[in-house]
Amino acid sequence: MEVSYLLFILMLAVFLGFELINKVPSTLHTPLMSGANAISGITVVGAIALAGSGEQDLAQWLGAGAVALASINVVGGYLVTDRMLGFFKKKEG
Amino acid sequence: METNLLIQLGYVVAAGLFVFGLKMLGSPDTARKGNGISAVGMLLAIVAALLDQGIVQYEFILGGMIVGGAIGAVAARSVAMTSMPELVALFNGVGGAASGLVGVSALSIATGNFQYVTIILSILIGGVTFTGSLIAYGKLSEMIGSGAITFAGQKFVNGLIVLGILYSAAMFVTTPSDPTWLYAVVGLSLLFGVMVVIPIGGADMPVVISLLNSYSGLAACAAGFAVDNNVLIVAGSLVGASGIILTQIMCKAMNRSLSNVLFSGFASVSTTVTEVEGEIKPISVEDAYYVLEAATNVAIIPGYGMAVAQAQHVVKELMELLEANGCEVNYGIHPVAGRMPGHMNVLLAEADVPYDQLLEMDEINPRMESVDVAIVIGANDVVNPAAREVESSPIYGMPVINVSDARTVFVLKRSMASGFAGIENPLFYKDNARMLFGDAKESIGGLVREFS
Repeated sequence: MEVSYLLFILMLAVFLGFELINKVPSTLHTPLMSGANAISGITVVGAIALAGSGEQDLAQWLGAGAVALASINVVGGYLVTDRMLGFFKKKEG
Repeated sequence: METNLLIQLGYVVAAGLFVFGLKMLGSPDTARKGNGISAVGMLLAIVAALLDQGIVQYEFILGGMIVGGAIGAVAARSVAMTSMPELVALFNGVGGAASGLVGVSALSIATGNFQYVTIILSILIGGVTFTGSLIAYGKLSEMIGSGAITFAGQKFVNGLIVLGILYSAAMFVTTPSDPTWLYAVVGLSLLFGVMVVIPIGGADMPVVISLLNSYSGLAACAAGFAVDNNVLIVAGSLVGASGIILTQIMCKAMNRSLSNVLFSGFASVSTTVTEVEGEIKPISVEDAYYVLEAATNVAIIPGYGMAVAQAQHVVKELMELLEANGCEVNYGIHPVAGRMPGHMNVLLAEADVPYDQLLEMDEINPRMESVDVAIVIGANDVVNPAAREVESSPIYGMPVINVSDARTVFVLKRSMASGFAGIENPLFYKDNARMLFGDAKESIGGLVREFS
């Protein structure tokens, strides 16, 4: 893909990120952080392509390692965020 | 071609779900659903990636997913809420390492200079995130000393490392066939991650964790450039941006610039001895009970000490008893109380304290004058009036919770040792301050017993 096009996407996504997070109340900062962290596990998508390429032995092993690490991030991140958010309750009545 | 279009569409929808999910994470009512939506987006992205026809072998992928997923699930289920900062630090670290590895293995498909540069970036950011997070984890879990580690010539050494990284990176891009320079970049990045976090003290960890969180996103973003994948770029930069915003919020809450937090460990902290007038007035649990029984408005200000003493559940018990006694109870949460942003809120939420009783600093401060008793539990610097009154204090100008405006202040403290920043706290010497010495959990447990 063209470089300018990728950079264009980058710029828009950064702006969007700033806008989305700016008004989050501090109560939610920890879940927000671990939830965002789970999203950064998206690198698993890049790792999958490399681990399955069947090209070079080393690249494949590295890719498999990347898949494993990113899976820790994805699965652990979403589960622990969900567990935390399960605790948040409003005052009843 | 058609599958390819399908894959790309899947990525677009996934990116949209991430955006929606993050937006919903911004409000307590919708946060849990938002996290779920973002998880669905992730699942979709992974399925789309698996459809890729370039994939000829699934063993490596499945093996990695099963191993990683199992480790992640066990960690997420078993972690205690008090250890959340450590877990988030570790997750940041593995995320960074994953992106770094993607960068390294993308070498086999790289074609042009632009890709070599982005590979270097993903290795650099990923490596720094990885070792930096490991050091942060070590400091948070007290496996290594949580204080700032400094030595003579630290700036010089760091400068050399940066130059080394730049030089190796340049050499790699010009002669990509020679792997030596690549190894040099990997090694130096890992070393640099260690070097940037060791001079930062434990009290500044909220900033460091936010920053590393941001880096883990940026590393994914750089890896996205390296493997030419939109969804990595979008998701990675969303996380990068959100981490930077949290970092800013934390810095503002300490009235310090980011560079001050990152590099102040280098400057020798000037220890100005401030003469504090007045005397320390201890109070017994029994006397504290009589004061609390007559109170109609109580504010509780928790700090890291509450997490260490695991006192959040017994605090909630005390709150219920006070409320049953017709007293209004609120919590005042300083943005940097604890070891990560929102640390106290999670602990109290776990103890079943409703989140609408957790007030931010700007909300609780105007009410402080009508508070009968402010109970400070294991917090020190975030309630230090020196930040307002003593111009020579290192924390002068930092916004604090003005507990001394309350009629009476109870300070629960183990001993008279000064807080993490090592700064004398004039609060303890104020006329309306009473010290309740001892383990916070036991002291509050004692109050609970007096009530019932």
